Amino acid sequence: MDLGLFAQYVMNGLMLGMMYALVAVGFTLFFGVLDVIKFSHGDVLTVGAFTALASYAGLSALGIHSPWLELIIMLVLATLAMALLGMLIARYLVMPLRSAPPLNTLLITLMLGTALRESVRLFYPQGANPKPFPALLPRASIDLGEFNLRLDNVLMLAAGVAVIAGLQYLLNRTKLGLAIRAVAQDEETARTMGINFTAIVLITFAIGSGLAAFAGVMNGLYYNEINFGLGLYLGVIGFSAAIIGGLGSIYGAILGGFLFAGLQTVGTVLLPFASAYKDVFAFAVVIALMAWRPTGLIREKISERV
Amino acid sequence: MAAARERASLWPGFTALVAAAVYMIVLLGVERPPLVILLLGVGIAAVVAGAWAGLFADVSRSFAEHEDALGLFAIAALLAVAAFFHDDHFVLLLVTTVLLYSVATLGLNIQFGYAGVLNFAGASFFGVGAYTSAVLNAYTPVPHLLVLLIGGLLAALVGSLLLLPVLRTRGHYAAVVTIAFALLFKTFIEVNDVLGGPQGMQVKGMSILGWSFNDNIEIGGVSLSFYMNYFVVSLLLLIGAFVVVRRLERSWIGLNLDALRLDETAASCFGLDITRWKITAFLIGNFLIGLAGALYGMVGGFVAPNNYTFADSLILVSILLLGGIGNPWGLIVATFIVVVVPEKLQAIQEYRFLLYALMVIAMLLFRPEGLLPRPVRRYFPGWRP
Repeated sequence: MDLGLFAQYVMNGLMLGMMYALVAVGFTLFFGVLDVIKFSHGDVLTVGAFTALASYAGLSALGIHSPWLELIIMLVLATLAMALLGMLIARYLVMPLRSAPPLNTLLITLMLGTALRESVRLFYPQGANPKPFPALLPRASIDLGEFNLRLDNVLMLAAGVAVIAGLQYLLNRTKLGLAIRAVAQDEETARTMGINFTAIVLITFAIGSGLAAFAGVMNGLYYNEINFGLGLYLGVIGFSAAIIGGLGSIYGAILGGFLFAGLQTVGTVLLPFASAYKDVFAFAVVIALMAWRPTGLIREKISERV
Repeated sequence: MAAARERASLWPGFTALVAAAVYMIVLLGVERPPLVILLLGVGIAAVVAGAWAGLFADVSRSFAEHEDALGLFAIAALLAVAAFFHDDHFVLLLVTTVLLYSVATLGLNIQFGYAGVLNFAGASFFGVGAYTSAVLNAYTPVPHLLVLLIGGLLAALVGSLLLLPVLRTRGHYAAVVTIAFALLFKTFIEVNDVLGGPQGMQVKGMSILGWSFNDNIEIGGVSLSFYMNYFVVSLLLLIGAFVVVRRLERSWIGLNLDALRLDETAASCFGLDITRWKITAFLIGNFLIGLAGALYGMVGGFVAPNNYTFADSLILVSILLLGGIGNPWGLIVATFIVVVVPEKLQAIQEYRFLLYALMVIAMLLFRPEGLLPRPVRRYFPGWRP
């Protein structure tokens, strides 16, 4: 394989990895503070992407046509709306079921995901069809030999890195981050230290869901198309990525996301039939990885409390 | 006298069955949407009033005491419903669908309800069965009853591919394995040309010993819809599955599965082989789902990837939750509601996934045990909790 094509695949893998990582980080955050898996996470991403698309339509109707301004308003609206949605979900669906069997939390978030997905399909105008997503980033590109480096991809990657670095700073360098980590480590001790548990859980869900909205917009910008089933796909892969990296660890989730994207890209390149079967391959990888390392690459210590 | 008072009467259960059969006949017979809505309202009101008056306690005691007799009555009631609609293709197809979905949810019930093994790919295993009958009926002369069996076995075989990840993971992790499989299965049959791709395949109708199931029947001047054939076979299948599931539940196997679901660690401390029983439950469950799917493929005459999506799997899970996990009687009632209501009210057909998702959320928040919760296991004959 020549270098240009190789670079193209690497770029593609990095973009995919960034999206997976952003989704996986959400799963890890939720698991950290509440020990729950929120299966509706992927569909929150879908709703976020569609919120951005709707606000684009709104801005066009208002006569705003500056791409940067549009993009920023779309991102802010989508992120804030999803942060709010995430908080509502945590407050009214996940937290009331804390004492119920874990199966109930699983089912309620799974069904909520379906409800969100179906609402987009049914109530967004022509939501059942794939919708074109506007290309708002500059389309300039640099030719490096065979490889065509597109500016929009570079910008998206940089934005993704900035978001993850920001999250890292928030978690490790601020009081809020300290509180989140404290709750994740030991809920009761955190409470006795005067941390408002409910508020921290809600903020964590807001952060995670905001990240999902960001990933959703990124997905739309990258593929220039979104559909209602997008979140289900990204959700399952993001969750697997979080597991592979070891649930509860932010670095693990990011690593898992890129690892997964790497596997998927390698699979697409090496297996001749893989282009048609690329989703089949991705899910087969999910199942195989779960069989191989059910608790992640970094083994989590399990001791059953009796 | 005291002994007589302790033994619950047969009549409450019998009355409930008669009422249910009459209601089914009226509901299935009504065509116009306003009337259907009115009837559904009446049904809900009657159920709520019955629950408020405490009639259901009598009914469930009656069912607990006289299950065999009431089971026979239930079969008779179903036959009466079928006889009433003997020449109505649509209604018979609907009732047959209810019966087959009930078989599939009974299979799912063994997994979710008894062993606590999660399976969110129910529709996929149903699809494995349906595609089996499509392929075998088209290309091979395998007898059709055998095709049903092969459909079930193949579903169990495909399920066994998932055994390793399902056994090594638990809870949420196991859920994601089956979700990934559900997505994989749908994508796979969609991109696969051999299986008809997105357009799906026609399925040849069933015929046993030269009796073609897709011809209408004439008996003494009365013509019966050809769906009557399928109805009878489906009913037999449901009776078989019901008896097997019920026996399984009451046997020591069921006891082991219950122990396993309630506390894996404790169960293994008492020497139960967790792996063995999980495998048993997962495979038997998938077998039943595949069996039902194989027959459903022939009933519908058509299979396509869009009928076996993840959303359809979630509908099966909704049935389970609505009926009350672990209670086979509840499941059949819930299947009837979930399958028939959107068919009778075409206006909500498009919204059914959304409605059922919202319904399950509401159930989990307000009545997590389901409409007809599973009664406490009876450990000794005549013992009452």
